[in-house]
Amino acid sequence: MLESASAFHLILSGDPTLFAIVRLSLAVSLSAVLLAALVGLPLGGLLALTRFPGRDAVVVLINAFMGLPPVVVGLTVFLLLSRSGPLGSFGLLFTPTAMVIAQAVLITPIIAALTRQTVEDLWSEYRDEMNAMGVGPAQRLATLLYDARFSLVTAMLAGFGRAAAEVGAVMIVGGNIEGFTRTMTTAIALETSKGDLPLAMGLGAILLTLILLINSAAWGVRAIGERQAG
Amino acid sequence: MLKRLSLALALGLALSAGASAQDRSIVVASTTSTQDSGLFNHLLPLFKAKSGIDVKVIAQGTGQALDTGRRGDADVVFVHAQPQEEKFVADGFGVKRFGVMYNDFVLIGPAADPAGVRGQKDIVAALVAIQQKAAPFVSRGDKSGTHSAELALWKTAGVDIAASKGTWYREIGQGMGAALNTAKAMGAYVLADRGTWISFKNKDGLVVAVEGDRKLFNQYGVILVSPQKHPSVKKDLGQAFVDYLVSAEGQAAIAAYKIEGQQLFFPNADPGQRS
Repeated sequence: MLESASAFHLILSGDPTLFAIVRLSLAVSLSAVLLAALVGLPLGGLLALTRFPGRDAVVVLINAFMGLPPVVVGLTVFLLLSRSGPLGSFGLLFTPTAMVIAQAVLITPIIAALTRQTVEDLWSEYRDEMNAMGVGPAQRLATLLYDARFSLVTAMLAGFGRAAAEVGAVMIVGGNIEGFTRTMTTAIALETSKGDLPLAMGLGAILLTLILLINSAAWGVRAIGERQAG
Repeated sequence: MLKRLSLALALGLALSAGASAQDRSIVVASTTSTQDSGLFNHLLPLFKAKSGIDVKVIAQGTGQALDTGRRGDADVVFVHAQPQEEKFVADGFGVKRFGVMYNDFVLIGPAADPAGVRGQKDIVAALVAIQQKAAPFVSRGDKSGTHSAELALWKTAGVDIAASKGTWYREIGQGMGAALNTAKAMGAYVLADRGTWISFKNKDGLVVAVEGDRKLFNQYGVILVSPQKHPSVKKDLGQAFVDYLVSAEGQAAIAAYKIEGQQLFFPNADPGQRS
């Protein structure tokens, strides 16, 4: 339990509870981003490069799913993972793994949709050249994803931002269990409900700072990479 | 890049799997009042020291906590709405219900007291006055134990709340703390359990309007979820927690929990019911 103290004091004193919460938040949201990227990057790239009946509908659907309400995703994953649900035997409900799954579902459409747009724009530049060189489909996809990598970092950051900021899904599938599934956002919700508004605000400031730091790091990596890539 | 991605992913998943691999742990679905009041933070370390069992608490309203038990997603439920608890056991979802402790509900209201009920001992008369003056009232509206108690009190007061609720009666569908925050912001009355009220930190402008009526009694009970219904239930570990709560030692630990010198929960397990 976070003792009632200023969030600033908690940081300075290296409060272990606070650090465990921060660590879990980052582990869950970063794992979710990686999982979503493994699905979303190839999916977005494929959608950009292929033409098939109903493709427009799929693109619209994925774009719309960027706005999936976290609480609906949470409830759906909850019903799937519950002991009474189809995947209940795995006993994953109320664990960090369940939280990673829910957040990955939430942000896969974001990464896929932004990847599709980015790769499609790049494709229109590369098309004639690649067609002339007779590059095969798999090679095309790999080349375009690689050449778009700096823009795709932004797509992944958008996904990370969404994951780190949401409370609806992790609250439902994680259960906000102290020391086990309590994240920054569920801790903020809890402290608010306990009426400790200053501590809740302080935790909010810490969360924003973390998101800012991660974005800065990504920006730095991108700048270095672009310089090296010339 | 893909290699690095999958490595990091494996790390992330290993981290979460590592945390879920402790098997001497149980999931207890309980209420916001037991968690928000800090009782579990006092009780669980004592239980862990004695038994080595980690208790993972999910704080929900009583209705939702019982539903979590019905679905088999918790090993033990620890709630406060006796009729619902008895139905839970009668329907075969719970093994047996044990009374553990009680506290009481209090009617909280704005210091300005627009309904003129402050200091009254009769909760029923106070509710009637609030309804007649259409003074703002916040209802949990979430099927929690406190919500059930509130609805029962309106019924006792002869007020058909479903028919007579106007803009003065606001159902917020949230936990106890959120209801108190809302009541504070709106200058409204609200029924709260005393434990959450004492530990609540945003009280300015709110006071206890009515307390001490026998009708405000609030009994807590604990039930092991039926291993027959859900084989995944950790029967022995869950039963150990139930036994601890009703044991002389557990009862003394509950009585010892105080905030600013005030005892929050009063143990009343029937010694004869211990298994």
